[in-house]
Amino acid sequence: MEGQAVKAGFDFLGIYGFFDGLMPESLDWLAFLVAGFILAFAIINALVVSTAVYTWFERRALGKFQSRLGPNRWGPFGLLQPIADVVKFMSKEDTVPDGADRQVFTLAPIVFVATGFLVFALIPLGSNDWLSRLNIGLVFIIAVTSVNTLAIFMAGWSSRNKYAMFGAMRGVAMLISYEVPMALAIAAVALASQSLSTYTVVTNQEVPFMLVMPLAFFIFVAAASAEMSRTPFDLIESESELGSGYHTEYSGMKFALFQLAEFMAPIIVSCIVATLFLSGWRGWGPIPGQVWFILKALVVLCALLWFRATWPRLRVDQIMEFAWKGLFPLSLLNLFAVATEIQLLRDPVTGALTDSDMWAMAAINWAITGIVFLAVSRMFARKQLQRPLPKPSPLANMGAEAE
Amino acid sequence: MAKALAGTDVARRINETFSGVALESNKTDVWVAPDDLHRAAKFLHDDKELDCAMLLAITAVDYVERFELVYHLRSMRKNHTVVIKTRLSGREEPAISSVTDIWQGADLQEREVWDLMGIRFEGHPNMKRVLLWEGFPGHPLRRDFVR
Amino acid sequence: MAIRTEPVTVNLGPQHPSTHGVFRLRVTFDGEVVLDVEPVFGYLHRGTEKLAEERTYVQVVTLTDRLDYVSAMTNNLAYVRAVEKLAGIEVPERAKYLRVISSELQRIASHLIATGFLLQELGAFATPLMYCFRERERILELFEMLCGARITVSYMRPGGVLQDAPEDFWPALDELVKAMPQYIEELEGLITSNEIVLARTKDVGVLTAEKAINASVTGPMLRATGVQWDLRKADPHEVYDRVEFDVPIGAIGDTYDRYLVRVQEMRQSLRIIEQCVKQIPKGDIRSRTAYFIRPPVGDAYGAVESPKGELGFYLVSDGGIAPYRCKIRSPSFINLTVLRDLLAGWKMADLIIIFGSTDIVLGEVDR
Repeated sequence: MEGQAVKAGFDFLGIYGFFDGLMPESLDWLAFLVAGFILAFAIINALVVSTAVYTWFERRALGKFQSRLGPNRWGPFGLLQPIADVVKFMSKEDTVPDGADRQVFTLAPIVFVATGFLVFALIPLGSNDWLSRLNIGLVFIIAVTSVNTLAIFMAGWSSRNKYAMFGAMRGVAMLISYEVPMALAIAAVALASQSLSTYTVVTNQEVPFMLVMPLAFFIFVAAASAEMSRTPFDLIESESELGSGYHTEYSGMKFALFQLAEFMAPIIVSCIVATLFLSGWRGWGPIPGQVWFILKALVVLCALLWFRATWPRLRVDQIMEFAWKGLFPLSLLNLFAVATEIQLLRDPVTGALTDSDMWAMAAINWAITGIVFLAVSRMFARKQLQRPLPKPSPLANMGAEAE
Repeated sequence: MAKALAGTDVARRINETFSGVALESNKTDVWVAPDDLHRAAKFLHDDKELDCAMLLAITAVDYVERFELVYHLRSMRKNHTVVIKTRLSGREEPAISSVTDIWQGADLQEREVWDLMGIRFEGHPNMKRVLLWEGFPGHPLRRDFVR
Repeated sequence: MAIRTEPVTVNLGPQHPSTHGVFRLRVTFDGEVVLDVEPVFGYLHRGTEKLAEERTYVQVVTLTDRLDYVSAMTNNLAYVRAVEKLAGIEVPERAKYLRVISSELQRIASHLIATGFLLQELGAFATPLMYCFRERERILELFEMLCGARITVSYMRPGGVLQDAPEDFWPALDELVKAMPQYIEELEGLITSNEIVLARTKDVGVLTAEKAINASVTGPMLRATGVQWDLRKADPHEVYDRVEFDVPIGAIGDTYDRYLVRVQEMRQSLRIIEQCVKQIPKGDIRSRTAYFIRPPVGDAYGAVESPKGELGFYLVSDGGIAPYRCKIRSPSFINLTVLRDLLAGWKMADLIIIFGSTDIVLGEVDR
């Protein structure tokens, strides 16, 4: 059993091996369990701590964007702000509104947070990573991320608040719509890497897929920022309209869990983007893969932050239009192009794709992307800028008294 | 410079069409009877020469023995202003016909006058209090209002 | 079984991030679509008109600061103009120029707030808002130099202004006037041709010229419909007839036009300030008036073009030291008349930005 588990890539940093060696043969399951718990503990805490640091980073960076300071009181550069936040959240009263569905109301934040942790487990941080060798990794990611639709609806429905309900209904409509282009973009990645495991996606990614299929990259980033409902797709919360959307009624630690999940989402998304499109931990020189990975994820993170700081929000029907009339056909086009190219370029016997094949695909796909973007922006811009010139109305004449 | 039309001229024009509607006039203002107000307002709005397309403000002034309603009107084509006034007697819910059918802009202003001065406008589609809550005792801008 | 649906009534406010204060909209929604709107307000009603009856003519100036609290200067101006008309008070030339300079600065500050909050309501996460506030801050610093206060300035008095501008005011003003055009450029670069802003505001909440005039709508809202009407040109008060400026108008009267008109007005205000700085003469800043002004029995209506529209004061005097009646024609309040017609049929997200583009201030609505 030991051999199998290790071979399957489970033996993370030798933890399982260590416990397995410690225990008699018959207690294999216990070693497995203990190792599993330690792993879960490590994943969850890594994510929670990095989220805490990220909240500080995001608030400081937004402060810089907006020519203000951001949190700077607590600790050096305000670094201890997340701790102060947690203390505040914990000391707040945990209210449940009258008439709320108590069980569902309590369950919703837990479900919301859990999905984030589940997805993060599958991200290969380095070449010796463990769970990412799950052979249906990509399918797992798509499946688990759609659970947070359910969590949002649970929160909105159970709190019996009209604003929350608005947010939840918008959320369900939007998240389900954006699942489709996102899944299709991931499908193109799976085709090109000829694997469904996140680990193999990286090992087969000699050329970063962002270069090979820029269209898929664009679709994925757009759909993912909709999935985590940040500007310009933040209509689930849309502070200026709904107060705070589905979590209007939450307070105390339950609200903290929502906040945690919300700030976790960009980290997870940028990790997924780094894995699927920026060739994960691969890099050059003696720098370890983990560092490369974190660097890539940080770049994506900063880009997402930039979007958030600058863009206004789209209206609900415009968002749905963008999903179904914009991203969906584009993702189909992308999938079709990638599939055709692979069919034509791959080795007819082994089915393998070489680096030069990848570069050829990149050239074709960049051309397609360029044409599509040019056409779309032409059409859009012409429509947008059509406006009559201002003409003074005959109903008023400011100089009339002169006569 | 916008011209404030002389009340006497406006009164003459009104009386040319509806004789006797403009009761008195001076350099700035025209007084009409409360019952004729709607007719006079309609005339001022429709008349090509006076052309009062915009209702600037409706003001109620409490002179204790009477209420005075002041309508500031403006023509934007001719750039002049007209002031017509009307006197209402009686302190128990005086009433006058609404001009909301002529100027939509009277809507909130008439409600405000009702709210603060207690003058009811008949024919107003939604004669409710606007700044104070329903059930507020009295009308606070009246001179005899005491908390 | 047929699925039954019913409209939902939502109270937007009085505590809501986008209602510009304590304002309530009782909205009936069919899904996301607005069926009916009923504005409910009065939460900030302080009875300014009643209070004014118990204060002397000079003391009322402080009350006017608190009406439209983002443009106190123009409130002051409208009130003192009514008093001067009523009592026949002359104003020295220098004071007139100071009044125009300060109220044009105030117009810029007010339009900055309107633009910033419109973008905030569009969902741009506070960035344009903070930019607008940064520049507004500089204007408020100038006010601080002028009169020691930033928001509730009480700078104007019947017969002039409180005090002359200090020496260091003029270089600071000069610097601001030089820096401001670039800043407006920058703001426009962020917003004016942004695809998302266009998609959200273009053709949304269209108001026609006829309807606007009939509903007594004034200010940028009226000008956005294409009606070229500005009291500064139509009825020039102070020194507006001695400076050159244009009255920008919109093409169709939608939310985008209302935004554009405001941005262009900021530019025109800068032009006015520049010319005033060149023309301003030396001399008195306040004519000799009695401490207790006792105007003759009568009434007067004085109005100015405030950033929100035509702000008018109708004063009735009984010969005493306090106004017998002080009516405030507040543009924010009267512009709300068209709110129901503007909002019906639009979606919730549009409701917020159409309402935001009307740019009301609750201090002025409720008085």
